[in-house]
Amino acid sequence: MPSHDPGTNVGPPQTPAPDGRRRLLDAASGPLHPVARDTLVAALSAGWADPARLHAEGRTARALLDRSREVIASGLGVRPVEVSLLPSGPTALERAIDGVRYAARRRGARTVASAVEHSAVLVPARARAARSDDPALLAEVPVDGLGRVDLETWERALAAPGTVVAALQSANGEVGTRQPLEDAHAAARAHGIPLVVDAMAGLGRDAVPEHWDVLVGDARSWGGPPLGVLVVREGVRWQWSGARADVEHGRTDVSPWVPVALAAAEAWQQASATTAADEARTRSLVGAVREAAAGVPDTVVVGDPDDRLPHVVTFSSLYVDGEALVGALDQQGYAVASGSACTSSTLEPSHVLAAMGVLTHGNVRVTLPLPAVSPAIEADVADFCAVLAPTVARVRSELGVGDL
Amino acid sequence: MSASPDEPLVVDARGERCPLPVIRLARLVRGLPPGEVPVTVRVLATDPAAASDVPAWCRMRGQRFVGAEAEADHTAYVVEVTPTGPAAER
Repeated sequence: MPSHDPGTNVGPPQTPAPDGRRRLLDAASGPLHPVARDTLVAALSAGWADPARLHAEGRTARALLDRSREVIASGLGVRPVEVSLLPSGPTALERAIDGVRYAARRRGARTVASAVEHSAVLVPARARAARSDDPALLAEVPVDGLGRVDLETWERALAAPGTVVAALQSANGEVGTRQPLEDAHAAARAHGIPLVVDAMAGLGRDAVPEHWDVLVGDARSWGGPPLGVLVVREGVRWQWSGARADVEHGRTDVSPWVPVALAAAEAWQQASATTAADEARTRSLVGAVREAAAGVPDTVVVGDPDDRLPHVVTFSSLYVDGEALVGALDQQGYAVASGSACTSSTLEPSHVLAAMGVLTHGNVRVTLPLPAVSPAIEADVADFCAVLAPTVARVRSELGVGDL
Repeated sequence: MSASPDEPLVVDARGERCPLPVIRLARLVRGLPPGEVPVTVRVLATDPAAASDVPAWCRMRGQRFVGAEAEADHTAYVVEVTPTGPAAER
């Protein structure tokens, strides 16, 4: 019987491009690597059971979960017991910091973090400082115009009494700039403070960071489904107040869903096999976007031109709102993101752009998918570069600011 | 509005969202007669984006950002501009 209830049928949500083709330039959250997609579908039948159950289906799920963890651990160069799988990257990041702080609760509660960290770091830390009526509980270390943390201030902040945890990303997912992890880690180590490194933007696309005590990733960055990866280096003092010892080495209270873990591991194997070649391809494509954007009048390309993620680029154009640019590009078949907050319900613009002191309006962010996800990526980027200047000019003219 | 050095020009963009404060600043500067003497402009804004965007506009257009002053319910961004006139822009 036909039903008028739309139910949960998912139709194509996209605006068709004039030539009917969509060009995905916003890969911060997917889509899945095609092989990982197949794995996910197959795992729905093979790995649906609760891995804690003792029956055959449960044992199968347990074996698949163990295998997934081994693949991810091996890729990161760590041991499986150091790896816990959490529902999402941001969940894992917040937990990573909580665990270091809780373990050191007799020494203090102060967090040091760069001003461009993920909001899963900054929002809870600010809230905690506000609740305790002690703004010193969080030191937000400023960054330069490229988004790189100021190491002198970082070292000074670590020296303040009561500091128990430091957080720094390997690279920023909005602007691509890499952080000086080696020096930042050495400074933290000199004060006996564990460093939590957020690698959510780069794992699978860029080299695996080496300098950390606790590492956090998100399988989305390597073409997997949303899955948080929390790695606590052996010997690092880490404890979570809500731990259940039998789940994920006591670092969460929720067992991961095995099909998701398996798809994440498959995506890792696929992506890591081609990381070097993919990196070279996307780096040169990002270079082309940077050049095209720099050629648009009154436009600034943001972030470090060289020491950066290979697949992320962002720029801002004067006198237009980012949302209008995203809309105009969407109509032509391009999916891009924006850190602007001119017309959206978010009142604050991207805290990353604001901390860098760069133009926050008129912002467009491109995150290139893995070439395996978008085989036509070269053509997509070439098309994007060609429409960029005319699109900005048209939006400016529609907004009546073409003469400025 | 006159460009007397004693009385700074004011762009009142309170209550307006980005990019309007910067558009209104740029439009005011564009309408000034060309001159070599810097003119002080105060941009009054409540939009948090102005804190980044007004200094960024100065940097991108070769003008001088003097500073920000917190007022009761808004912020005043002080800019020193050297008007070049519409023809000489770009």
